[in-house]
Amino acid sequence: MSDIAIRVRQNFAFLTAVALFFVVYLLYQLVHPKGFSSAVLVQNSDEVFTLALVAMAQTVPVLAAGLDLSVGALMTMVGCFASYLLTGAPEGTPLALDLAGFRIGLGTLPGGGTGILFGALICLAIGAGCGLLNGAIVVYGRIQPIIATLATGAIFIGVALFLRPQPGGKINEDLNWALTNSLGDFASTVHIFNDGAAPWFAPFAGIPTSFVILVLILLLVWLPFSRTVTGRTIYAIGSAEGAAYMSGLDVKRARVAAFALGGFFAACGGLFLAIQTSSGNADIPQAGAYTLNSIAAVVIGGTSLLGGSGGVLGSVFGAMILRVISFFFRVFDIAPLLQPLFEGVILLAAVSIGAARVLRVKNTLELFR
Amino acid sequence: MTAIAAILKPSRDDRPILIAALFIVAILVAGTVYTWHRFGSAPLLSPNYLLQQLQIGAFLGIVAAGTMLVILISQIDLSIPWTLTAAAMMATSVGGPWAIPVGLLIGLIVGVLNGLGVAYLRVPSMIFTLGVNAVMRGLMVAHTGGFAPQTGATEFMRTIAAGRILGIPNALFVWIAVSLAVAVMLQRTVLGRAIYAIGNKEAAAYLAGVNTKGVTVICFALCGLTAGLAGVLLAGYSQKAYQGMGDAYLLPAIAAVVIGGTNILGGRGRYLGTLVGVILIVLLNSVLSIMEMPEAGRQVIYGAVIILMLLVYGRGERVTS
Repeated sequence: MSDIAIRVRQNFAFLTAVALFFVVYLLYQLVHPKGFSSAVLVQNSDEVFTLALVAMAQTVPVLAAGLDLSVGALMTMVGCFASYLLTGAPEGTPLALDLAGFRIGLGTLPGGGTGILFGALICLAIGAGCGLLNGAIVVYGRIQPIIATLATGAIFIGVALFLRPQPGGKINEDLNWALTNSLGDFASTVHIFNDGAAPWFAPFAGIPTSFVILVLILLLVWLPFSRTVTGRTIYAIGSAEGAAYMSGLDVKRARVAAFALGGFFAACGGLFLAIQTSSGNADIPQAGAYTLNSIAAVVIGGTSLLGGSGGVLGSVFGAMILRVISFFFRVFDIAPLLQPLFEGVILLAAVSIGAARVLRVKNTLELFR
Repeated sequence: MTAIAAILKPSRDDRPILIAALFIVAILVAGTVYTWHRFGSAPLLSPNYLLQQLQIGAFLGIVAAGTMLVILISQIDLSIPWTLTAAAMMATSVGGPWAIPVGLLIGLIVGVLNGLGVAYLRVPSMIFTLGVNAVMRGLMVAHTGGFAPQTGATEFMRTIAAGRILGIPNALFVWIAVSLAVAVMLQRTVLGRAIYAIGNKEAAAYLAGVNTKGVTVICFALCGLTAGLAGVLLAGYSQKAYQGMGDAYLLPAIAAVVIGGTNILGGRGRYLGTLVGVILIVLLNSVLSIMEMPEAGRQVIYGAVIILMLLVYGRGERVTS
């Protein structure tokens, strides 16, 4: 068998997801009255971004044969932090936390752009730190990931509720405008490339900023990480943890790293959601929905829940497929009441078709893994 | 003598149950100290208050019994919230003498569907039951038109959920009946042994001649049935069915099973532990509400308790080869 045929076979689920996405998205753009315009692209990209990041956050622990039920909660909590830290208030504004009547001063943030950048970094650090905590509990506490993250998810939601008992807060308007529109708007907001009017920049001006950020995260964070020994170890743990351990790989470090990276991705998602909605909201049902949809996206994207095969990029496509399905309801004007039913049926159909391999298995014992 | 020995040197399966039971005592003591200090009374120790808490706990207990069966074969059922809600909604909209059978049947059908998907299609239960949950939610949203259903529970449903015989809540009797059935099934029947065998190593159970597919379907069917029963009872207790009534039962049920010492990977755990786990969660909730703890604090304490309990006795083995 040729090399390409082997590669196609190994990545069959991923390639199916990619093909499926392009087919349904092309169809969507064709039937959309304003199809193939920058405005539609921007809107779609903004709606996909958070779920894509949360799905990426879910993927990394899943590759190491774990499951992270706290991704939605972590995303929500980081969003609540962001609604305090990204207000873009002038320098010297005191930062304080209201806790059941107690006012705790936390010093002051630097103002303007530096303050926003500083606040965003704090948010990402909180996310990675909480992911690290998940990993530490799983690895050093030796508690099953599924139940450990169920518990830490409750804690994260609790913290989010402390921060935002009611939805509220504020995000700097320029930041919201720059990140949720096209590259042209981004350039004119931050005053680069002659306010986005440079002639060479014109072909790129219509690309959604959020899409570019997503690609940058994939290229600058995931791609290098997956090539490191720690990154390969995550895959090895998912395939056979015992073998990975006996091969001298640092299984513990890789597993902690998997959860920490997941936390970082979830924080990126939470940060964007807060920027997009200009507020922090400790919405428990929403957090649960994001967690469950992230699992669905991971499976649709071709990553095995048993670990060891698949990748973050597949989950991004999985998330995009899930979102495009809901876009269709808008275009075709299907009664919103039927929407959840369609979503469920499509999810079930997708995973059941994927189960066709059961029919080809010759030795029943191969089914038990 | 053996009883004392069992307490002094509990076996691997009994240790979690013992520690969880001690924790229940600790919660009761701490809660009583608090109420005595603050209000000068001890409601936590009054039998009436405890019975009332157990009545509320019965719904969680029934769901947890079914959840435990599925966890024992190293699967999970995420469709519980909307199975429960669907059973409640259909029972109230059918009404009359058929209300309860219809509710239970809905639960059973959903459970069998889950079991078929997991056993025959070999779709991971985590994702298949998630899809079924979405489908049930979709069906119910379409059925009710997105509004709160206007139908009420029948008189009989109210009686078994909220009524009392000799001062003991009827729901408690239902919980006890379900508990006895599950405990006997797990300990004294071939099916029970097969469930533990599958949870330990499915391939070995298959080679030993266990009908693994059949047992898997039965476990999911029973889990759906208990969710349906809980839905019918809950509808009777609150006199109506409502959107999202099952959302508060999935994670506490899993937590109760795991706190009770059942291995989340299946194959190990006693039903008594699940019972203790449910009581622990119910009492923890009631003490926190006596303390007027805001939702935020509850969530944090809830999560911390699960982690602490598991750190004490739920730790897995080191991978060394």
